[in-house]
Amino acid sequence: MRYLLTEEQQMIVDICRQIVEERIIPVRAELDEKEIFSWEIINEIARSDLFRLFVPEEYEGMGTGIFEICLATEELSRGDLGIATSFAASGLGLIPILVAGNEEQKKKYLPQLASGKKLAAFGLTESEAGSDAGNIKTTAKRDGDYYILNGTKQWISNGGEADIYTVFVMTNPQKGIRGASAIIVEKGTPGFEFGKKENKLGMRSSVTRELIFTDCRVSKENILGSEGMGFIIAMRTFDQSRPVIGAQAVGIAQGALEEALNYSKVRKQFGAAISSFQAIQHMLADMATNIEAARALVYHTAKVIDSGEKNITRLSSMSKIFASDMAMKVTTDAIQIFGGYGFMKEYPVEKMMRDAKITQIYEGTNQILRNVVALDMIKRGVV
Amino acid sequence: MIQIKIAVCIKQVPGTTEIKIDPETNTLIREGIENIINPFDAYAIEEGVRIRERSSSEEVEVIALTMGPPQSKEILKEAISVGVDRAILLSDRAFAGADTWATSNTLAKAINKIEDCRLIILGKQTLDGDTGQVGPELAQRLNIPFIGYASSILEINRNKMKVKRLMEDRYETFEINLPAAISVVKDINTPRVPSLRGKMKAKSVEIPVWDANQLGADEDEVGLSGSYTQVVKIFTPKIKHEIKMIEGSPGEQVEKLYKELKELNVI
Ligand SMILES: Cc1cc2nc3c(=O)[nH]c(=O)nc-3n(C[C@H](O)[C@H](O)[C@@H](O)COP(=O)(O)OP(=O)(O)OC[C@H]3O[C@@H](n4cnc5c(N)ncnc54)[C@H](O)[C@@H]3O)c2cc1C
Ligand SMILES: Cc1cc2nc3c(=O)[nH]c(=O)nc-3n(C[C@H](O)[C@H](O)[C@H](O)COP(=O)(O)OP(=O)(O)OC[C@H]3O[C@@H](n4cnc5c(N)ncnc54)[C@H](O)[C@@H]3O)c2cc1C
Repeated sequence: MRYLLTEEQQMIVDICRQIVEERIIPVRAELDEKEIFSWEIINEIARSDLFRLFVPEEYEGMGTGIFEICLATEELSRGDLGIATSFAASGLGLIPILVAGNEEQKKKYLPQLASGKKLAAFGLTESEAGSDAGNIKTTAKRDGDYYILNGTKQWISNGGEADIYTVFVMTNPQKGIRGASAIIVEKGTPGFEFGKKENKLGMRSSVTRELIFTDCRVSKENILGSEGMGFIIAMRTFDQSRPVIGAQAVGIAQGALEEALNYSKVRKQFGAAISSFQAIQHMLADMATNIEAARALVYHTAKVIDSGEKNITRLSSMSKIFASDMAMKVTTDAIQIFGGYGFMKEYPVEKMMRDAKITQIYEGTNQILRNVVALDMIKRGVV
Repeated sequence: MIQIKIAVCIKQVPGTTEIKIDPETNTLIREGIENIINPFDAYAIEEGVRIRERSSSEEVEVIALTMGPPQSKEILKEAISVGVDRAILLSDRAFAGADTWATSNTLAKAINKIEDCRLIILGKQTLDGDTGQVGPELAQRLNIPFIGYASSILEINRNKMKVKRLMEDRYETFEINLPAAISVVKDINTPRVPSLRGKMKAKSVEIPVWDANQLGADEDEVGLSGSYTQVVKIFTPKIKHEIKMIEGSPGEQVEKLYKELKELNVI
């Protein structure tokens, strides 16, 4: 299926495809098996200017919009979701700076992130605060020109590898959600350490670690927006980033469909290619149809966001729900088409299913997002 | 800042290792085959760009050159998309049919015209012509040293470089004065994927074309008329496959094999 892409958008897709075919596919099974975070591939992505898509031109980026980020993320996810997550997580970590940063913060951090020489990360989740993000316990106490951070963030993508962290902290715990703030913490700041690398079901080429703060002093210049804006910044960030998770889901599903289609044409049973059996054909047709539908929703959402529309929470949640549920189904069916071979690690589809699962969980579980969609609809009507 | 100009010579070749020849006319079948940068030349480009990227005290400019028909502009654009600063196309009807002698002559004139090139990087050989002679001939014409099969550039400044090269059974390290020319092998690097900015620049860049006149070359020293060799005929050799199974105990098999090979004059 061809979407009407501009010449520049097509260039983005072509570059990502070349990276996937030449650099990612040959090594993805090994990265998965050994849980390797590949700086080599991240550096290639950086050299190709893809991190610049997250950043506006005035800060050395080439950012035009969420749509271009979705195109790149989709294509990278077709190769390996872990790498696509390391890419997208850096974007997630810098969106708060775009959303709420002042000119000095933007000038200081965005160019290094645009070049991809440094990665960013987004630190919200804690052991007691997952879906209930308002329940975070990490504190930041004002002390003269500094904040003193204490607490532990959990499951932070790019943890340990990133240099720049957007961390959500309580500056005024009595105020609950309205006492949360977002602050930039650089790797190497005394009192900021990393916990162990998590051993995961899927997406094993990405790193997920704890961020541990023990009397960590951070300059007050690093606060984003003002005290108390943390929760709003997080939600505005997610509004923009959720279709990117949708794009990840579309990419993995696309990869699984390609594998399943190719396999169905070469696997023979009962003297015929299994692609000649209607049961298999219908499965392939449904996979392809659902991928197209999800892609259309993700692209539409991205374009609505890029148009400057303000009320994007519902659509952005829908794009993530639909695409991630679709990816889980499509990758499971891809294994079904491979039969027992699909269950084996020699073939790529079992990894795709393990990888796909995370898209239903992070950046808001699909249950939470269904709540969001329903509540928004009850409040604002179907529109 | 000290300036170092590096020229990278690249050639457009048919993008296939299975070159098909029309048995009627004995010419290459070019239909349906896309043209690509000669694979070894991609390593030459990458090495030029890497020298620029790692130099801090020198300002390095990397210039890609190709002699070829107008459509070989495409490979120059590709070179720009992976980081080359500028490119020049050497194109003229008179250049057609050049052998390595005429090719190296045209390239040498272009390099003299650019002025003060400190290093010339070439591929080890091409997929189509496959002679590997252009590099050495070019160096000869420019009267500069040539190191073939370079596998690593260890040090470089405006006046000197240290380069390691791959031989069949050993590595050799040389220190040579610049200007010089080198040809590179695959071990030297991994060529990068194009960048978005590079592709955008390639899209809009104007590539200057230098013809025989601009190079100050006489018609009879370029192209077919300046060539000492001409490809008269290209054909696919008929390869005879014959398999003979040798039976018996391992000892007997060795005996028989030895005799057979001896009779065939293989040993
Ligand atoms: C099948 C075939 C056989 C041929 N046999 C001979 C022969 O035996 N003797 C002969 O003199 N000619 C021969 N030619 C012609 C020869 O290929 C070309 O004329 C010559 O321009 C380049 O030689 P090459 O391709 O062998 O390059 P090589 O010497 O193998 O190339 C080495 C490097 O030189 C540089 N280079 C080569 N050509 C160019 C160019 N046009 N522009 C910029 N850089 C370049 C590249 O960096 C390349 O990697 C043959 C051509 C063909 C198609
Ligand atoms: C690999 C990985 C990478 C991650 N990367 C990051 C990162 O970079 N930065 C970051 O901040 N976080 C990150 N996370 C955290 C992720 O965003 C959370 O896991 C997610 O928000 C869910 O929180 P939880 O795991 O605590 O689940 P819980 O909130 O404990 O949910 C458990 C179950 O209950 C359901 N549930 C909870 N509340 C409700 C409700 N009100 N109504 C209906 N159902 C409900 C959920 O949908 C889910 O099914 C990552 C997680 C993983 C696994």
